[in-house]
Amino acid sequence: MPFPYSEKVLEYFKHPKNVGRIKNPDARATEGSPACGDMVTLYLRVDKKTKRITDIKFESYGCASNIATASIITEMAKGKTIEEAKKITWDNAADELGGLPPVKIHCSVLAVDVLRAAIENYEEKHGLIKKKVKTTKEIVLKRLKHVMNPILGRDIVKTDIVKAVDIKNGLLGVFIDLPREHQFANNIEQEVRERLETLWDIKKVVIKFEEK
Amino acid sequence: MTGAEFLPFKLDKFCIVYYIMYMRIERVYLDNAATTKCDERVVDAMLPFFTDRYAVASSQFSHSPGIEAKESLDNARRIIAERMEAEQEEVIFTSGATEANNHALKGIARAQKSKGNHIITTAVEHRSIIESLKSLEKEGFEVTKLPVTSEGFVSPEALKRAIRKETILVSVQHVNQETGTIQDIESFGKICKAKNVLFHTDAALSFGRIPIDVRRYNIDLLSLTAHKIHGPKGVGALYVRDGIDMAKWMEGGFNEFNRRAGTENIPGIIGFAKAVELIEPDEIGYIAQLKERLFDGIKKRLDAVRLNGSIKGGIPTILNLTFRFIEGESVLLHLDMRGIAVLTGSACFSRSLEPSYILTAMGLSHEEAHGSIRFSFSRFNTEEEIDYTIDAACDVVKKLRKISPITPDK
Repeated sequence: MPFPYSEKVLEYFKHPKNVGRIKNPDARATEGSPACGDMVTLYLRVDKKTKRITDIKFESYGCASNIATASIITEMAKGKTIEEAKKITWDNAADELGGLPPVKIHCSVLAVDVLRAAIENYEEKHGLIKKKVKTTKEIVLKRLKHVMNPILGRDIVKTDIVKAVDIKNGLLGVFIDLPREHQFANNIEQEVRERLETLWDIKKVVIKFEEK
Repeated sequence: MTGAEFLPFKLDKFCIVYYIMYMRIERVYLDNAATTKCDERVVDAMLPFFTDRYAVASSQFSHSPGIEAKESLDNARRIIAERMEAEQEEVIFTSGATEANNHALKGIARAQKSKGNHIITTAVEHRSIIESLKSLEKEGFEVTKLPVTSEGFVSPEALKRAIRKETILVSVQHVNQETGTIQDIESFGKICKAKNVLFHTDAALSFGRIPIDVRRYNIDLLSLTAHKIHGPKGVGALYVRDGIDMAKWMEGGFNEFNRRAGTENIPGIIGFAKAVELIEPDEIGYIAQLKERLFDGIKKRLDAVRLNGSIKGGIPTILNLTFRFIEGESVLLHLDMRGIAVLTGSACFSRSLEPSYILTAMGLSHEEAHGSIRFSFSRFNTEEEIDYTIDAACDVVKKLRKISPITPDK
């Protein structure tokens, strides 16, 4: 078939597994938004004693790579303890799916992030979480590793286009080494903003691009 | 349409899907606003000009094959000119509407720089207009982009207000390529004439579909393309009203009234003219019926469907709908797996990963733009294809809404 997706991605897209909601879930999380084009909500049922994920369901507003990744993530996480499930990476999911087109990777990363967020939600609810930490450059970079550089299909930190991160009095500045007019500049800006604006001690995020 | 009705056994819906997917018997092509199938009669008309009548169209003092080629070229030019009430000498053949748009804007701006540096356009033009104007801005021109209403219309009043004494050119498309909204170019032409400003319109989507009269509408420049009316790709034209001062845009020989050098693409031009001749007067009525059938069929069976554009003021070849609560690339892919080709304004589909600038200019939210699907029709589509598409679209939309976290009251 002339599609840019692997057979497995298409199969999961056509027949996604673990779709739907769980009533009164032990944890839930949503990543993304309809405005940015992709959104996933994940529901968890966790065994209190063993901390094992006994049921997991997802809903997706998104494209094929988003639906397929969310589906495979639920299959991979089901039956695992929350500690084991936390270790599932985007690479694991992409390998399972037989690869994804570079330009679509940002849609699928969301599906991996939502699992971590749901587990965090569980830990928060059940008093398993540590205290709030002050935002550092490392924390910012860790978050930016979830923003894809659609040119190369790897994250913007690994592809070395994040040139500076400044944190001062709740103001966070990020410099992206791409021309302002670049085809993907607006997309990257929006994703960076979404990742960083949720940091509890950051009031304003300023993103700068290379000016001619 | 699937050929299934001729089989000795009955096929259920799933089998038909399978049939289309794997047997590749036929596809339902509903992306005719992108390009159309080249009519076989067009191809037949073109073929002799590759291997038999291949001479260059040359001056009247040339050899016989050259003179014959010139006659064929002139005849094609006459057919195209007559379709818009222009004179033959006002039609310059190009490689398509993108080239015509580039040179309409750059050619006029550069030639008439001394008169002023202001150009007016709209927020919903084709990329060849937007990008050409970006180049001109770097050369010192100022560009005003007129906004559009929620149905995609540009108001003549807004144009009147935007014209200043430095304004040299106004460029407003005739029909929008995503929504099919038809602009009131007659009013714009009148305003431009009264204010003594040149008026250009991109008629790539309208030529051959709705009547164009360059004299009556006071059009000074107009861009055309062949491949959207079942002609070949790589051919178009720019109409330039007689007497307009414009820079030559391809330097070399004296071809095309010394406006664009280079050997003419005669087979393509012959195909273009043939495509124009083949358009039947009742064709657009037939296409309008198909559009209405699809829209009615979908509206009857689905809620939360938004029409992007205008029902009364839209071209019959284009129907742009937003299916709320779902994302367009998923719809496109599902339909494609069922043999149906459409287009979406979703960011996931676009090369810049941004939603359609045309839909957002009309005030649609990102979510509404992501969920948009453009169906576009031609004379080769059938009612059976439309019915099949209604079934498939409703099924796909319901399926995706079922798994979407933002669908209310599931």
